[in-house]
Amino acid sequence: MKILVPVKRVVDANVKVRVKADGSAVELANVKMAMNPFDEIAVEEAIRLKEAGKAEEIIVVSIGPQQAQETLRTALAMGADRAILVKTDEQTEPLGVAKVLKGVVEAEQPGLVILGKQAIDDDSNQTGQMLAALLGWAQGTFASKVVIDGDKAKVTREVDGGLQTVELKMPAIVTADLRLNQPRYASLPNIMKAKKKPLDEKSPADYGADVKPRLKVLKTEEPGGRKAGVKVKSVAELVDKLKNEAGVL
Amino acid sequence: MAILLIAEHDNATLSDQTAKALSAALQIGSDVHVLVAGKGAKAAADAAAKLKGVSKVLLAEADELAERLAEPMAALVVSIAGAYDTIIAPATSSGKNVAPRVAALLDVAQVSEIIEVVSPDTFKRPIYAGNAIQTVQSTDAKKVITVRTASFQAAPEGGSAAVETAKAAANPGLSSFVENKLSETDRPELTSAKIIISGGRALGSAEKFQEVILPVADKLGAAVGASRAAVDAGYAPNDWQVGQTGKVVAPDLYIAVGISGAIQHLAGMKDSKVIVAINKDEEAPIFQVADYGLVGDLFVILPELQKAL
Repeated sequence: MKILVPVKRVVDANVKVRVKADGSAVELANVKMAMNPFDEIAVEEAIRLKEAGKAEEIIVVSIGPQQAQETLRTALAMGADRAILVKTDEQTEPLGVAKVLKGVVEAEQPGLVILGKQAIDDDSNQTGQMLAALLGWAQGTFASKVVIDGDKAKVTREVDGGLQTVELKMPAIVTADLRLNQPRYASLPNIMKAKKKPLDEKSPADYGADVKPRLKVLKTEEPGGRKAGVKVKSVAELVDKLKNEAGVL
Repeated sequence: MAILLIAEHDNATLSDQTAKALSAALQIGSDVHVLVAGKGAKAAADAAAKLKGVSKVLLAEADELAERLAEPMAALVVSIAGAYDTIIAPATSSGKNVAPRVAALLDVAQVSEIIEVVSPDTFKRPIYAGNAIQTVQSTDAKKVITVRTASFQAAPEGGSAAVETAKAAANPGLSSFVENKLSETDRPELTSAKIIISGGRALGSAEKFQEVILPVADKLGAAVGASRAAVDAGYAPNDWQVGQTGKVVAPDLYIAVGISGAIQHLAGMKDSKVIVAINKDEEAPIFQVADYGLVGDLFVILPELQKAL
């Protein structure tokens, strides 16, 4: 079985983003970029399935600018076998990305696609579900455990109030939640080796995908701030303020 | 045209997330139909019919809808989508699972986790873990939207809509339900609690977390939350996590105990009405968003607080 893992290049999770002065978007110039953390978990899960003998090949794909190559090389250094860059300099939305990925799936015929549950830039949490819809496949979202057994995948999902386990007919889509695994660091020899692994370059048109945005971004702004309040000296003072000033007790 | 609201429920009871998403729906348009899809879900449908502003409730029942699996749920919604120009769901784990599948089947974009309705096609939503707010306009004829329920008040009761039966769509047969492992608790749900007390890494162990946080929670009738650091360290279960990657909450009172206030955590609780921070590090970022801060040792302060309440 082949496993396909889509990865996205996003602002590094440790960077505090700022809104551009003209309110058009978030400032991305000279900001440190990295692989979306949920996608790292997806890559790790694919590698573990391969190590367990459940998969033969891991293909990573990224849809984005030329620099998304670096993100793909990171995934190759972790242990993916080959990469596809679907190059576009346009802003893409989850639906457009899902359409490209559908084309990639039809060309590569994986038995499983593992995605991060959401990207930490637009926080949409849509692409995996949309890809499952377009392919007519089963979906196991927000996974904290994946067990492959023949042509079935048992996926434990993090849901409100606890965990839910579903059984999916393969081929299927899984989206990774935080606690699915702890992604490995790429070792230096593996980073060197990754440079020699194959990386194909394609365009959305190669997959006949329409990636035109459907949403118009009218404005981007800083969130309304909260002001720091007062420091109280004691528990008694705190309880008094909560009762008599804030009226919440 | 009318708006279809996908209800959040567990067959027996209707979640107040539905009432909150209803408030968002009513800001988009006045003719709101609520879809209650489940098995033995008449009680949830009757509860939805009592919400003020609902003009009709559709009750669809089938075995495969009992646990609201994404594939049959999306097939059902798409089968009735023709009559609606907006399909809306609370951004719960179920809503987030189903809505994008519906959107893709309808070939439209989804607007995720709206926090404000600007106009029927324009919405505000947080990006970058709430560090920026984007205003987006949908250009699709049909709109699929999920609602961050912490940003909307629950619609009150006072309605008396008719409950009609809707036919479940053919089961795509792609997935099946195995089991639920839901935490059993008498405490209120995090997302609907009036008071939340959350613990962070400073608690030091699962035992201390239980010993220090839970008695105060019981005294207050509060829900219990945790920071990601506390969850990752195994002090508290996953579904207690408050933050961008956990639950987004907005109670009347949020008490953060031994939580430093990482951006990730703040994104999940900064809309709370009143925030109290208890931390021994007076430079902790949590104090910058707290209405009332108390600097000191939580192992001394919490037992005192329990007695003072």
